[in-house]
Amino acid sequence: MARNKEGLVLVLDVGPTMHTVLPEVEKVCSMLVQKKIIFSKNDEVGLVVFGTKDTKNELTNEVGGYEHVMVLRDIKVVDGNLVEALQQLPRGSIHGDFIDAVVVGMDMLIKKYGQTNKGKKRLCLLTNAASPTKDPYDGTKEDQVNTIAEQMRAHGMKMDCIVVRISQDLDMDKKILEENDYLLNAFSYKSSTKTVHVDSPTSLLGALRTRNIFPVTIYRGDFEMSSKMKIKVWVYKKTSEEKFPTLKKYSDKAPPTDNYATHEIKVDYEYKSVEDPNKSVPPEQRIKGYRYGPQVVPISSAELETFKFKPEKSVKLLGFTDASNIMRHYYMRDVNIFIAEPGNTRAIVAVSALARALKEMNKVAIVRCVWRQGQGNVVVGILTPNVSDKHNIPDSFYFNVLPFAEDIREFQFPSFSNLPSSMQPNEQQQEAADKLVQMLDLAPTGKEVLRPDLTPNPVLERFYNCLEVKSKQQDAAVPPLDETLRKITEPDPELISQNKAVIDEFHRCFELKENPKLKKSSRRLLKEKPTGSSEEGVGNGADAQAIDAIEYTSRVKVEKIGDLDPVQDFEAMMSRRDSTEWISKAIQDMKNKIFDIVENSFEGDTYRKALECLVALRKGCILEQEPKQFNDFLRHLVKFCEEKDLNSFGEYLASHEITLISKKEAPDSEISEDDAKNFIVKREPKAEQGL
Amino acid sequence: MNILPRTTTLNSDLSIFVPAVQMSRKKHNCCGSDEYIAATCTSSDHRRSEHRYFDMNVAALAVLRRRSNEERKEKKNVLEEVDLLRNKQCPVMDIDPDDVFRDDEDPENELYQERDSTKEMLVYLVDASPKMFSTSCPSEDQKDVSHFHIAVSCIAQSLRTQIINRSYDDVAICFFNTREKKNLQDSNNVYVFNVPEREELDRPTARLIKEFDSIEESFSKEIGSKYGILPGSRDNSLYNALWVAQALLRKGSAKTADKRILLFTNEDDPFGNIKGMTKMDMTRTTLQRAKDAQDLGISIELLPLSRPDDEFNMSLFYADLLGLEGTNLTQFKALVGERFEDMKDQLRKRMFRKRKIRRIKFIITNAMSIEVNAYALVRPTNPGTITWLDSVTNLPLKTDRSFICADTGALVQETPKLFQTYKNDSIMFSTDELSEIKRVSTGPLRLLGFKPLSCLKDYHNLKPSTFVFPSDEEVVGSTCIFIALHGSMLRLKRFAVAFYGSSTHPQLVALVAQEEIMSTSGQVEPPGMHMIYLPYSDDVRPVEELHTDTNAMAPRATDDQIKSATALVRRVDLKSFSVCQFANPALQRHYAVLQALALDEDEMPDVRDETLPDEEGMARPGVVKALEEFKLSVYGENYDEESDSIASGKTSDASKKRKAIADKATEESAKVDWSDLADKGELKELTVPKLKYYLTANGLSVSGKKEDLINRILTHLGK
Repeated sequence: MARNKEGLVLVLDVGPTMHTVLPEVEKVCSMLVQKKIIFSKNDEVGLVVFGTKDTKNELTNEVGGYEHVMVLRDIKVVDGNLVEALQQLPRGSIHGDFIDAVVVGMDMLIKKYGQTNKGKKRLCLLTNAASPTKDPYDGTKEDQVNTIAEQMRAHGMKMDCIVVRISQDLDMDKKILEENDYLLNAFSYKSSTKTVHVDSPTSLLGALRTRNIFPVTIYRGDFEMSSKMKIKVWVYKKTSEEKFPTLKKYSDKAPPTDNYATHEIKVDYEYKSVEDPNKSVPPEQRIKGYRYGPQVVPISSAELETFKFKPEKSVKLLGFTDASNIMRHYYMRDVNIFIAEPGNTRAIVAVSALARALKEMNKVAIVRCVWRQGQGNVVVGILTPNVSDKHNIPDSFYFNVLPFAEDIREFQFPSFSNLPSSMQPNEQQQEAADKLVQMLDLAPTGKEVLRPDLTPNPVLERFYNCLEVKSKQQDAAVPPLDETLRKITEPDPELISQNKAVIDEFHRCFELKENPKLKKSSRRLLKEKPTGSSEEGVGNGADAQAIDAIEYTSRVKVEKIGDLDPVQDFEAMMSRRDSTEWISKAIQDMKNKIFDIVENSFEGDTYRKALECLVALRKGCILEQEPKQFNDFLRHLVKFCEEKDLNSFGEYLASHEITLISKKEAPDSEISEDDAKNFIVKREPKAEQGL
Repeated sequence: MNILPRTTTLNSDLSIFVPAVQMSRKKHNCCGSDEYIAATCTSSDHRRSEHRYFDMNVAALAVLRRRSNEERKEKKNVLEEVDLLRNKQCPVMDIDPDDVFRDDEDPENELYQERDSTKEMLVYLVDASPKMFSTSCPSEDQKDVSHFHIAVSCIAQSLRTQIINRSYDDVAICFFNTREKKNLQDSNNVYVFNVPEREELDRPTARLIKEFDSIEESFSKEIGSKYGILPGSRDNSLYNALWVAQALLRKGSAKTADKRILLFTNEDDPFGNIKGMTKMDMTRTTLQRAKDAQDLGISIELLPLSRPDDEFNMSLFYADLLGLEGTNLTQFKALVGERFEDMKDQLRKRMFRKRKIRRIKFIITNAMSIEVNAYALVRPTNPGTITWLDSVTNLPLKTDRSFICADTGALVQETPKLFQTYKNDSIMFSTDELSEIKRVSTGPLRLLGFKPLSCLKDYHNLKPSTFVFPSDEEVVGSTCIFIALHGSMLRLKRFAVAFYGSSTHPQLVALVAQEEIMSTSGQVEPPGMHMIYLPYSDDVRPVEELHTDTNAMAPRATDDQIKSATALVRRVDLKSFSVCQFANPALQRHYAVLQALALDEDEMPDVRDETLPDEEGMARPGVVKALEEFKLSVYGENYDEESDSIASGKTSDASKKRKAIADKATEESAKVDWSDLADKGELKELTVPKLKYYLTANGLSVSGKKEDLINRILTHLGK
């Protein structure tokens, strides 16, 4: 059995009171399985639903009872069928008994794995726990729960309970709810069960962990408060960003008949000498160079190893300081957690005493950490107390990395109080702002919405959704962002409409206008005019427009070369990266412009400008490896001058040593260096003859 | 070691300098020569700016270096041409007279420019008059230091920072009121400090830093201090200094570079000992000189050094020079410091110009969006990017990347499509589809609502925060709304939750209002909001629950134990701790080594690790006693950490296994006479597992091919 293989049974309530949230249940469960298919394809998942009219499970056959619990799928390796089954959950008509369902799930796990796979067996119960549970034949319900929890522990099973209670279905029987909550609590008390209460469809999507990471310590050892006083700690990552999956590059080179083709593309790097681009330099002849100002200093890896900073593995206390001394915005990275060595009672007590003392005094600890031997750097960070409110979870510390002196840029900004009075809000405006900050409340008592711990990543949700859609139909378009996920990226329309008066007042109090001093072309932050009304945006058209307005690049895109500053326009066009056509257009336009300028000159008054343009063109052609374009043009231009009696321009060019682009400057050129130089020299006598 | 071929021809630019008093009369509304030079460097500067914050791709670097060399050559030609055209000048940009931010603290907001300057050209203009040496202020270690020392040590420090962080910027160091003169204009009392292989205005080099470090020792001998404005002489050292500085800044245009003169002086009345017509005349020409420089887009910033008992009087002369009036003048603070460290702090902060990372539209409501600028105040500094060099020639290598089909080995030319394997199928995505997937938001920064600060937990963090400051540049009224919300959030102790819809990395963010914090050394925390990137549910790991003991209560500290911990915390208090007080020892070491290698020095410098705990402080009797009491309280008597620790009793399976392997290796390794085998060259007769016994037993790496293993053993044996 693979080391990290997980056995999971999803136990889902599909009873009538669950119907409103079943779409979200379908989404979150199928995403869980999708990720398993991609990242841990050996995991095995079973599916149990309860609250159905029908009954289908082994226990009912063996011992009777356990009605309205259906095993939709035995524990099997994850596959696409399971995703599909999860996306079409049956809608049940009976109020199911979650305890029965849990027992059925447990039974499946025990029958499948027995005593093996400890710690890798998981039940996942998703219910609103609003239906009454049956009384057992003997003893109380609590006894029954205790027995079940005892069994779970014995078999090393874990359980995640997600209790969904959206506000509108709170009118259910309070007594039943209380009893059920009490029973679920008993589970957490007696077994490795974690209960999460969820009150919105959005949080439901975030409540079930769909990512399966086996936690690994990054440090195990002493937390040295001094050379004499040490505490044994383990350090884990507390947060770590789940990245967008890295997609592979596709190659269609393999013949369609090749069933074993991977279609992958390998990226190959070759290092070539600058002097001879055909010569590849072998790895052992390469050496690393580090920049130091304008110099590049070569250092071999042996030298690097010798001179490198080599601190000893350790975690040392530097001291304590007031929490207010360390601003929240100095936290540099993802967060670690320091826990006392599991099972080491004294270490747990020591951490607990320290954490509680720090919390009481509103202090933090500053520590210096080297996680591994041989690590080439140190981190200085801050320990903040994480005092546990659960009886069976010990106290711990959060660890955040702090910046070094080199990492800080001390920019100075004007004090708000020093800004002119036109920028200072008056009393009425301040009041309106106060109202807005107070009323646009995302955390009314006890009901925080968009809690990071319960908020799914909308981009990843959308990606996996799209993946499933595309697996059925390759050319399917990207589906729009789910309504539930929109609650994360946009303000909640309900909250907005509730506070319409406050928002309208805010609009009335403040005025925004475009800066009249700004040139029209450089405006990017186009602003919709305040209309007074605040219909929350569902209109996709308006949204798309808004995006267009924002996503202008920082500069106005130059599309043609004007008269005012042709050189600048030319360079702007040359540096446009949205299409390669701009380069050829820029070159062509510039050529025409130069002809115009030369032709329109009166006694050479525009020669300088023409020269500037020519120099820019020459440079552009070298950069873009278009030497022929320039060389042909220059020949043509000189000839043109001769024909049009503009010899003075030829001289002017000669005196400024404008030459053809040689092979040395641009490898594509056919002109040797000498020829390039001679070009103008050759012209000179001709020019004289012309006079 | 200096592998960049260099040209010194650019200096010729300076010899053709025309005094600006004449120039300013000849302003024509045409394309000025300054702009002309600018145009030739735009493209390279753009590239530079792109690379500043991102990892420089090796290939790009190679190309860049090649191009910049070409451009140097190119520029040489251009400059000679410009020579002829120098008589036409025009103001490079319009300075808005009504501007509100017109003080030296925030010059960036001052101009409604379309571009963000990327490159900076900076001339340090240091007064070296006797007064700079005779005036001093006390430092932390009770020694008095002169104003000259303060200025010089600040410059030295900023050069070090610059070579690490912004090595593309150009600097020049210029002293005035000197005995000797060294400048291309041959002006009296002005000395431009430089080192070989470097232009006067150029990027800082290792040698510059090194030699500048010892400037104070050699100063009196080689440069000398002498006040340059004396009665009876027509010499005007300040005028000359500004002239030289402006000439140095001729290189490049104000359109592509920020040009600044930083003037360090403690003389508030430079023409104080001159009288009558001469004084008026000198004052007038000097002010004109400064104005001409400013008209050319050069900003002059003053860093006045003064003493608490003898304040620097701006109104005597410098207010006119800088163009300060009314409230701006009162706001302009002289660097008054009781202590050397305070002054150094203030200088450091003023010497850097802030750069914004981007401008963001902050959507407050559907009908109202304000404009804010984002700044990166905290970002990790890394040892820089690696350039691969050919170890034979020390020339940079060009990287060729090619895509090769894994199935057929054929070269793939076109940009390939991307795919994800799913259900045994390859699901294809185009880049357009991927960016569409990432486009989940309708605005760059969209307000969702507010929460009390207690909802922002310590573990809600993923990466460094970004600072947000309002701007009225495009949308007038933004600042007012921002200040109002900022005030409300501070008062109500709430933070804003918003969605930051960047195209590559959309994320939920917290905007935390920060109040301005001032200290004796100036602004410590600027007012504004910090954008903190929040994790999603799958980014947070429930580690706490990992080791829950389901049956038992987790041990908790008793009140007595907490009390002894409290006593300890009180004892080991870092009162004046500030987040940025430590230099990164790894980075310092890295750059010290680079500098030593760049200068061909034999000895490797020793860098002090400031992050080590204060052993002395920890050994104070009070601290030791508190520690012992805490230990006794939580551990009890006779506690032996090692034996009591479960680590030795109940080690995990993995570490048991590791230990078993190590034991076996030691045992097996002892059976072989390695030295003998090595001498006979018979090591290769052994099997790889046997070789690995030796390596494991001696704590060496076991990776690589058999050959590598043998080599490693031989090295270890010293053969």
